[in-house]
Amino acid sequence: MSAVVATHWTVHSRRFETSAATREPAWVRGMLIALALAFFALFLLLPLVTVFAEALRKGWGVYFAALAEPDTRSAIFLTLLVTAIAVPLNLVFGVAAAWAIAKFDFRGKQLLTTLIDLPFSVSPVVAGLCFVLLFGAQGWFGPWLADHGVRIIFTVPALVLATIFVTFPFVARELIPLMEAQGQEEEEAAIVLGASGWKTFWYVTLPNIKWGLIYGVILCNARAMGEFGAVSVVSGHIRGRTNTLPLHVEILYNEYNFAAAFAAASLLALLALLTLVLKSLVEWQGRQQMNAGQQL
Amino acid sequence: MSIHVQNIAKRFGHFVALDNVTLDFPTGELVGLLGPSGCGKTTLLRIIAGLESADSGQVFLEGEDASAAHVRERQVGFVFQHYALFRHMTVFDNVAFGLRVKPRGQRPAADKIRQRVSELLDLVQLNALANRYPTQLSGGQRQRIALARALAVEPRVLLLDEPFGALDAKVRKELRRWLRTLHDALHITSIFVTHDQEEALEVSDRVAVMNQGRVEQIGTPAQVYEHPATPFVYSFLGAVNLFHGRVQGPHLQVGADQVRLDHHGFETGAETLGFVRPHELDIVTDLSERSGIEARVERVLALGATARVELTSVGHDQTGRFFEVELSHERMAALRLDTGQRVRLQPARIRLFAPEAPPVELTA
Repeated sequence: MSAVVATHWTVHSRRFETSAATREPAWVRGMLIALALAFFALFLLLPLVTVFAEALRKGWGVYFAALAEPDTRSAIFLTLLVTAIAVPLNLVFGVAAAWAIAKFDFRGKQLLTTLIDLPFSVSPVVAGLCFVLLFGAQGWFGPWLADHGVRIIFTVPALVLATIFVTFPFVARELIPLMEAQGQEEEEAAIVLGASGWKTFWYVTLPNIKWGLIYGVILCNARAMGEFGAVSVVSGHIRGRTNTLPLHVEILYNEYNFAAAFAAASLLALLALLTLVLKSLVEWQGRQQMNAGQQL
Repeated sequence: MSIHVQNIAKRFGHFVALDNVTLDFPTGELVGLLGPSGCGKTTLLRIIAGLESADSGQVFLEGEDASAAHVRERQVGFVFQHYALFRHMTVFDNVAFGLRVKPRGQRPAADKIRQRVSELLDLVQLNALANRYPTQLSGGQRQRIALARALAVEPRVLLLDEPFGALDAKVRKELRRWLRTLHDALHITSIFVTHDQEEALEVSDRVAVMNQGRVEQIGTPAQVYEHPATPFVYSFLGAVNLFHGRVQGPHLQVGADQVRLDHHGFETGAETLGFVRPHELDIVTDLSERSGIEARVERVLALGATARVELTSVGHDQTGRFFEVELSHERMAALRLDTGQRVRLQPARIRLFAPEAPPVELTA
């Protein structure tokens, strides 16, 4: 594995903390640890506990009934559908963009690198508005699309578009530094040995970026499922049709249907936890491989 | 297979990497491309391989113009300075790669591949490490694997880009000798790039010395070392003492001193640069001697096979110029030099060059 992925993984330096010369007095250490723990409990743990506590307040029966409700089921399905389309597409776009930026020199490379970060720097609501301005009834392409019988805004394609836009940087951002650090010597070696472009990518490039790629996809997936702002603007909140899980949570909450709102929210929280576990697994796996590579 | 490059030019922005280079690499020879970093030697090698394209000029492989041919079609073996081994593959898979990616029709059967890889690993004496990963090997071992991998596809030429550049001095020397033996066994036309003159002189059949995108001289190691064509080659191929002077009949006038010259092609009064290798200088302690350049002994280093004396000039116009003399220990003992002592330097052989024209400014 590359050194760049390694920077995600903290290197434990035991020597530093066990040496008396570098250790702070006990009360300082105690206070710092207490502060950190209090912060962690208040801002990270408590909300998570609240979600599940509220969801299950009226018992498991109500919880499952809320989830089995047709609109909720459709929201779950829609979220999965949008993610299933957006994430693979961003996987392809991300690899292509990273490949172009890391392995080739061309005019406007810096601009492209900056543009890739745009979805991160722009507020998702603004992103959603842009799509409305482009494809909405009064938008730039709206009338033309309407003439050809295509509707985008307030339909599932709009949700997919907005999600792709918002989650675009995850894979590319993860891969660019990794591929830049690896250089192109291995690819050059493969081509000199007679490998075609496709074989070079498949047998040389892809194995080298494998863990970084999986990591990027997991993050991309998490964001795609949880996206609210951009999706909210373009969806139109049509129950059972264009309501994703995060939007559904909001609607239920605004209707004072707390049990159902928190039940749906708990699903999102579960997905987040699952993502974290996967992410840690990938990191662990990558680190194992790296260590195996370094041992003799 | 012979390689011929014709009028190759390459620029990177305003930097001229190669300036109309024409070179011949005859069949079966091992040619060293020698020069300081930035002289264009690696660029030339990459252009021959097809990894870089020239702005103008042609590359002929076996008399055929290969300038437009894709890297894949050129059938060259390339060895990179930093090995470029596939890090996620075992040594075996690395060497087998070139055979396995061949189009279906040309691909050898699996057992043929296994046999061929095993032969190659025997050739580089690393069969025991077939199942290791590149990170588990030493630098020298990695470079041998890289060489085996390049040879697997039976290339028509072998191109080595500073192959020993990343290795420590001892391994370098070992691998150098090993490469020479390997080449004597295989006789594959090879070009190898280096900035280490000792390496180039020791390994190559012929050496091409490059500087600032141009070939300064090409010849056997003995030719370029004994008869450097330009001041650059002279100073790049070893330690050198430089004397600025004016030709006066059979003498070279250096400041207030003069030294005797053998036959030379310069007219009296011509400004010249005289080059003398440290072992071609002798020291005389008798200052009344008329011939020789006066100098002051600064340091005496009596280590190794020969003794070295460092001196500075004392003439009016070139105070502080540094000289280096290499003498046998017997001669040293006879001279009994002291630090600070005034002596005269007498060259046994001196080579004159016209002072270089000031480099032409390139207007952007």
